[in-house]
Amino acid sequence: MNGTYAHAPGFIAGDRPKIVTSRFEYEDSYTLRRFLATDGYQGLRAALGRAANEVHDEVKSATVLGRGGAGFPAGTKWGLTPQGVYPRYLVVNGDESEPGTYKDRLLMERDPHQLIEGCLIACYAAGLSQCFLYIRGEMALAQERVAAALNDAYAAGYVGKNILGSNFSVDIVLHWGAGAYVVGEETALIESLEGNRGMPRLKPPYFPAAIGLYGQPTIVNNVETLANLPWLMLNGAEAYTAIGTKTSPGTRMVAVSGHVKRPGVYEIINGITTFRDLLYKEEFCGGIRNGNQLKAFVPGGGSAPWFTEDQLDIPFEGPQAGAAGSMLGSGAVMVMDETTDIPAAALTLTRFYAHESCGKCTPCREGGTWLERILSRVVDGKGTMADLDQLIEVGTSICPGDFPHASNAKLGISAVPFPYKMNTICFVGPSAYAPVNSALVLFREEFEAKIVKRNTIPVTAVGAAS
Amino acid sequence: MSRFTEDNARLAKEIIGRYPRPRSAMIPLLHLAQQQSGYVTNDAMVHIGELVGATSAEVYGTASFYEMFKFEPVGKYLVNICGTMSCALMGSEELMHHAEHKLGVKVGGTTSDGMFTLEHAECQAACTEAPCLQVNYRYRFRVTPESFDSLIDDLSAGRLTAEIPDHGTVAKVLQHIPADRGVGAVPPESVTEAPAWLNGKAAL
Repeated sequence: MNGTYAHAPGFIAGDRPKIVTSRFEYEDSYTLRRFLATDGYQGLRAALGRAANEVHDEVKSATVLGRGGAGFPAGTKWGLTPQGVYPRYLVVNGDESEPGTYKDRLLMERDPHQLIEGCLIACYAAGLSQCFLYIRGEMALAQERVAAALNDAYAAGYVGKNILGSNFSVDIVLHWGAGAYVVGEETALIESLEGNRGMPRLKPPYFPAAIGLYGQPTIVNNVETLANLPWLMLNGAEAYTAIGTKTSPGTRMVAVSGHVKRPGVYEIINGITTFRDLLYKEEFCGGIRNGNQLKAFVPGGGSAPWFTEDQLDIPFEGPQAGAAGSMLGSGAVMVMDETTDIPAAALTLTRFYAHESCGKCTPCREGGTWLERILSRVVDGKGTMADLDQLIEVGTSICPGDFPHASNAKLGISAVPFPYKMNTICFVGPSAYAPVNSALVLFREEFEAKIVKRNTIPVTAVGAAS
Repeated sequence: MSRFTEDNARLAKEIIGRYPRPRSAMIPLLHLAQQQSGYVTNDAMVHIGELVGATSAEVYGTASFYEMFKFEPVGKYLVNICGTMSCALMGSEELMHHAEHKLGVKVGGTTSDGMFTLEHAECQAACTEAPCLQVNYRYRFRVTPESFDSLIDDLSAGRLTAEIPDHGTVAKVLQHIPADRGVGAVPPESVTEAPAWLNGKAAL
């Protein structure tokens, strides 16, 4: 199966192992009937047949990396809850809004029961007594599919009291978001779930596993992370780690958008598939559109520093991407070909983060807006050379020190590894600067061209008039 | 006017009952208010405050943080054109210009007949299908000027009412937890012990 499915726009299947997208080929993949006919809720049954701590150990030994952006292993995260403190909650982060990213939306729309099953396994293993499934407000279809799936699952005895006749009882509450990118940050998500403005909480504590929802231990997991658990329970950690590499086992979903021949969401092999495979191989994107040249690409969502062809052979492995000056983030690759106006492209991302700043930290609230305004005037041909220095100065006030960037053989620069230092509580502020910094480091001449052109016009006009 | 109707007040109480603390229902109730009136009215915020134990100022404080809540009437159809990177790379700026021309309003404006409000949206999580837009949060992918025109014509002629509800209704299917199946929410302070299944034995 290499095809695309009309009922799953954007998703492109392939002859690769599938852990989370195995049901996408079915038009009725979101129904309880199809789910039960394809091993549905069997992972839950397997989990409930074992002691909770054994299930937790299985997830730990599989090293299921968080798929939301930070790549923190789920089993380890669950283990950070303080001993003997109850109740503990599970909050599912379905507020997917990182530019370039979409996989959680497909998982919620196409296979909501798989997610529900994953939530139940997590609750069982970590002793979480209630689950809140926070879905981004703008995803109407995902909300409807998950609501319908929950209604069916409750009626059939898979969710709620005495699940499958056992002493395991847990409610899953579908919660609506209402449009705020920053709520994807886990402490902001918790604030929002408590009925407040979605502003990230001051750290420490660094993990809501210690102090989270209502001050209780709370696990926040990404949709795709949880969607891995049913397969893992059915097939075991050994089978899971047989796919991918030791440090990045399993698969991951990646959305590739922009100037490629076949943009799409692919389930790829973690740690092994390289950016070159993904962008150029026929089974994936099949190369740059119109036979054009690759100019740059964003490897891990709008917040990630940019790569160019020099980094194409890096596989999807966090530490390697980090050493090269960026991150894999949320599994979103945005590709720019030779026709791209780089400063204008950077502006679309900086504008996003400036707009989405919650306003809590001054460097982000003020700095993001400054970056957007200065960059706008450069893009509009009204900038000066001093503006370019000003961009870096503002960026440095958000993230002190050298900001991570990729190496570039042609420019003779070497990489500054990830991560950055930051003067803000969360990653929104630094993310406003990431595209500006990458664009300036790798394509400074494009900014200068916009400025020089502007400067020459009035000079010529004045000369001609005299 | 515009406090919750009797049916919605009942639904509001059901929603509140799912959370360990009532205030957590704030955003779902704001959606319910918007569904009832097309936007969030002051009276609805007062009512929500009464229901969840917050002042109306606190309700407004939360509501105004979130993009989806509107505090004055908008068009029957809210047209959100994505302008973030992947869509921008695939021509969303031209699409926005075209939309402004077709609808005869600038971005942010509402047509004089109250049918359409045009907005610039940030990433809608459909980046491979760029440029994309949402009408009342229902997707349209790889939108061209031609397909935009026919979308607007279809909406104007009422041909898409089955698929796209009026502004305010996000999900047409809502969660309902049957009384005999739900565990029920309790305030966190009333739980002190580990859940029953954490006793080292298999649950099944």
